Amino acid sequence: MKVLRDTWLVYSRAMKLNLKQPVWLIVMLVQPIYFLFLFAPLLEPMDGMPGFENGAMETFVPGLIIMMALFGSAFVGFGLIAELRQGVIERMRVTPVSRVALMLGRTLSTVTTTVFQSLALVLLAALTGKLDVYWPGVALMLLIVMLTAFMLAAVSLGLAIVLKSEDAMAPVINTLVQPIMLISGIMLPMVMAPAWLQNVADFNPFYYAVQASRELFAGNLESSYVWQAPVILGALTILLVWWATRKFARAVA
Amino acid sequence: MLIETRGLKKTFKSRGKEVEAVRGVDLAVKEGEVFGLLGPNGAGKTTTMRMLSTLIEPTEGHAVVCGHDLARDAGKVRRDIGYVGQAGGTWGEVTAREELVMQGRLYGMSKKRSQARAAEVLESFQLAEYADRNVKTYSGGQKRRLDIALGIMHEPKLLFLDEPTTGLDPQSRAHMWDEVRALRERGTAIFLTTHYLDEADALCDRLAIIDHGEIVAEGTPLELKKEVAGDVVAVGVADRASEARDLFAAKDFVREVESGEPDPATGVAILRLYVDDGASALPELLRALDGAGVSPASIELHRPSLDDVFLKQTGRSLREEK
Repeated sequence: MKVLRDTWLVYSRAMKLNLKQPVWLIVMLVQPIYFLFLFAPLLEPMDGMPGFENGAMETFVPGLIIMMALFGSAFVGFGLIAELRQGVIERMRVTPVSRVALMLGRTLSTVTTTVFQSLALVLLAALTGKLDVYWPGVALMLLIVMLTAFMLAAVSLGLAIVLKSEDAMAPVINTLVQPIMLISGIMLPMVMAPAWLQNVADFNPFYYAVQASRELFAGNLESSYVWQAPVILGALTILLVWWATRKFARAVA
Repeated sequence: MLIETRGLKKTFKSRGKEVEAVRGVDLAVKEGEVFGLLGPNGAGKTTTMRMLSTLIEPTEGHAVVCGHDLARDAGKVRRDIGYVGQAGGTWGEVTAREELVMQGRLYGMSKKRSQARAAEVLESFQLAEYADRNVKTYSGGQKRRLDIALGIMHEPKLLFLDEPTTGLDPQSRAHMWDEVRALRERGTAIFLTTHYLDEADALCDRLAIIDHGEIVAEGTPLELKKEVAGDVVAVGVADRASEARDLFAAKDFVREVESGEPDPATGVAILRLYVDDGASALPELLRALDGAGVSPASIELHRPSLDDVFLKQTGRSLREEK
């Protein structure tokens, strides 16, 4: 019970801070909007081709949402570094607040903002009139988005605690996130890749996230990706949240 | 006793090398007192404080804080202590009231209780006027007051203050001393670290001097100063310094003579005489010099300071460390 209460406290503080700087929430939408209007049209002729059986935009938009969740969450550690430097984290670590809550509250606030950004992006995409939206599927897809954001926010916060500096953090995050994004088939489906690259993608948890999101978006609930993604992401999330929480409790801030 | 430690040690590993930051510290802090840990930068003050406030685990040793075993019951220790770090604990786009209410709730208060307590604390730290402004607009002194206010939201028995006045202007510093004294009046014990001699002297009921991770002296400021000697007479002589030295050493009321190096510019060397009673020693010393035909360039009488204590224990002056 204490964990829940403390998580709620940390969460509401983080949300309040987010809402005081709404500019950031919009800035994070800018990149996907560029992709939606400046890159997606290139894919329109691919409609119905291998990898685009669900439709060109129906394939691209779910991937774009996962990409936004990836980048939006992977960089939340930067905010934590500022708080570390100002002694905010240290002050909280001396209170009896649950260590898990310090971590979960922040992570969940990232999940919340990512969900709102995703919905905004789906709405924008729907307004272009170039795709069919299967709304119950979108609701289920948001669960995949939430797991993705949850996991990456935890990793990012854990790394921030370990690295303690923006200068060290930026290259690490970029080195991790760029390849993860490229071999998850966000830009172009992995069926277009040579066999070796497809084999590599099979080991990328976010490949499953992207595939599952596409199937859900199109309403193909019987696809095996639909159960594989939550299982893989869920297991990894538990592992990484546990790791990050330990870092939070023990780190010399 | 609020704090009792035995053989507290902390070793850090840095690039394969082991650095002993704290090498076996024994301390005792009583209820309601202001206890200071005085030492130069890097002496192990902050590390000791971070161990006692549950932020880092000791490598070795044992400590009881507010009646709870530090290693086994860190959670219980946290309920009874407050902590104000060097960096403070607030930042940016939050208001003092929001942070105080949040802090109270982290200590388990209800929302209502925490709001009432925050209002009380804002008032007593003269922050009520700025309570709903963002912290980033605060002056150094205002921010420091908020840091302390956050530390005592839950009315701890013991408050840790890490270098409470470092970086403050003289006026804010004087205010901070008043705050510390006021907290003590209300029964809160305070454990502070400082590298300011005057701060340790003026503020602390008892203090420990730490150097290279070890306690070199412990007691009330008065006791510590008495240990050094009654008073110190510093005599400057331009020439025949060794003759003067022998002359002084022969006097039975002079306990010890230390001679300094001559100043390269003026050639004046300072002899430091430790005497029981400076006022009565002075005329005697002048007569002796006069009799030998040595004329002093300067003569100064001072009560021993904590710097003399530090000098005596470590052979270095704390003033020179900065």
